[in-house]
Amino acid sequence: MQTFDLGKEGLRALNSSLHALKGQTNMTAWEVINPKGAHAIAAGVDAPVDITVRGSTGYYCAGMNKQATIRIKGSAGPGVAENMMSGTVIIDGNASQYAGATGRGGLLVIKGNASSRCGVSMKGIDIVVHGSIGHMSAFMAQSGNLVVLGDAGDALGDSLYEARLFVRGSVKSLGADCIQKEMRPEHLALLADLLKRGEAADKARPEEFKRYGSARKLYNFNIDNASSY
Amino acid sequence: MCGIVGLFLKDPKLEPHLGAMLTDMLITMTDRGPDSAGIAIYGGAKDGLGKITIQSATPEKDFKDLDGDLHDAIGQPVTMLVKSTHAVLEVPLDQLDAARSALSHLRPGVKVMSAGDSIEIFKEVGLPKDVAARFEVAKMKGTHGIGHTRMATESAVTTMGAHPFSTGPDQCLVHNGSLSNHNGLRRELIRKGMTFETQNDTEVAAAYVSQKLKEGEDLGTALESGLEDLDGFYTFVVGTKNGFGVVRDPIACKPAVMAETDDYVAFGSEYRALVNLPGIENARVWEPEPATVYFWER
Repeated sequence: MQTFDLGKEGLRALNSSLHALKGQTNMTAWEVINPKGAHAIAAGVDAPVDITVRGSTGYYCAGMNKQATIRIKGSAGPGVAENMMSGTVIIDGNASQYAGATGRGGLLVIKGNASSRCGVSMKGIDIVVHGSIGHMSAFMAQSGNLVVLGDAGDALGDSLYEARLFVRGSVKSLGADCIQKEMRPEHLALLADLLKRGEAADKARPEEFKRYGSARKLYNFNIDNASSY
Repeated sequence: MCGIVGLFLKDPKLEPHLGAMLTDMLITMTDRGPDSAGIAIYGGAKDGLGKITIQSATPEKDFKDLDGDLHDAIGQPVTMLVKSTHAVLEVPLDQLDAARSALSHLRPGVKVMSAGDSIEIFKEVGLPKDVAARFEVAKMKGTHGIGHTRMATESAVTTMGAHPFSTGPDQCLVHNGSLSNHNGLRRELIRKGMTFETQNDTEVAAAYVSQKLKEGEDLGTALESGLEDLDGFYTFVVGTKNGFGVVRDPIACKPAVMAETDDYVAFGSEYRALVNLPGIENARVWEPEPATVYFWER
């Protein structure tokens, strides 16, 4: 276990050490102490390592993550796991705005609530939120899955492309071109797997969720839809 | 960007440390805005006395013998504490208006930062650490306070363009964001009798809240009205003699984190600003909801 005191050694030293890990490494377990809300902790990691951050983080923690498993034992500031490529990010507390934005792959698990714009423009990432999400979540989401055990705020899935949204609780309002869709057996199977990987299998059953997706009416510009753009 | 910090103390034992706690929080937010910094401290009212905080670009000239001159003008005792470019004048509470009016004749170059029973505002161009040191903010005690570090977008980087803005007795407001309808609103408020020192959008928001309070609304209702009438991006933190309020616009792009314990309510633009507060590990920490008014009063 490599223990890194962010208060003493500083952010640049941490991220340089993590960026130096290429391919296979013996230093697979890392612990970051005294994060104190600092920005960009463990951003840009590209190695199959396990990093635990003991406390709350600021902007862009685990941004652009590839391969690594990053656990935040606290809450995360804006843009956590933004543009994640692969790997897993697990937050014990809450996440601030635009968690998992533009993510291309991997799994983001938020055990508390996520605030506004969760999964905005997601492009393949899977996001599992144990609590609720704020307004404008999954705005222009292109692919991947967003699973919410609690409720969703206003304008869920506005201008959605092909991402799948599963919400167990209430949805305050759906955004333009986002509609409820039937839950077919393949969706129940997908959801069961996501709940298991998202450490939520004991909290919810797939049958309790509703599925939302794109009505595909805004894909191309249509003058009749001008008021919806 | 801009950075905001705020503290509303519930435990009187923390009151001697208010200035030091706010200073530490504000310095942590320096990289959100290095243009100017300011702080409003509610130091508590003294029986029958009011305070006017003033600022001058030429303090040696303007503050020289000002207490004596003001005493002669209003015929009442005046004390003056000079701190760098600012000075705090204490006059009998019922003489606050008379003293302000006398000031504008005696020292036309002097600007009034704040007036009231309890409030003192210090603000200048420069980094939070330098501004806080210049006015010895860390030594100040009080019941609640608000700090701001500015990255200017809407108007010039000047002392008067720094936050907090005070447009009514014991009132102040700080802002992270930008308003889009401030020019129209300023004209309306001028018609209602408000006066403005700057072209700044935030001053309009402050004056808007002051006008609503003047019309008899409480702080919560005034901020609710603002959600209807103020257009743009904002996280506002507002102080009154006894209260402390927070509101974010419905889109809520501008960050905000709050923490509450039995001893205090704290606000920070980022969690970083709160990490050194006592008992933060066990505080209730949350993000204020969009278009939702929060306020605390003692």
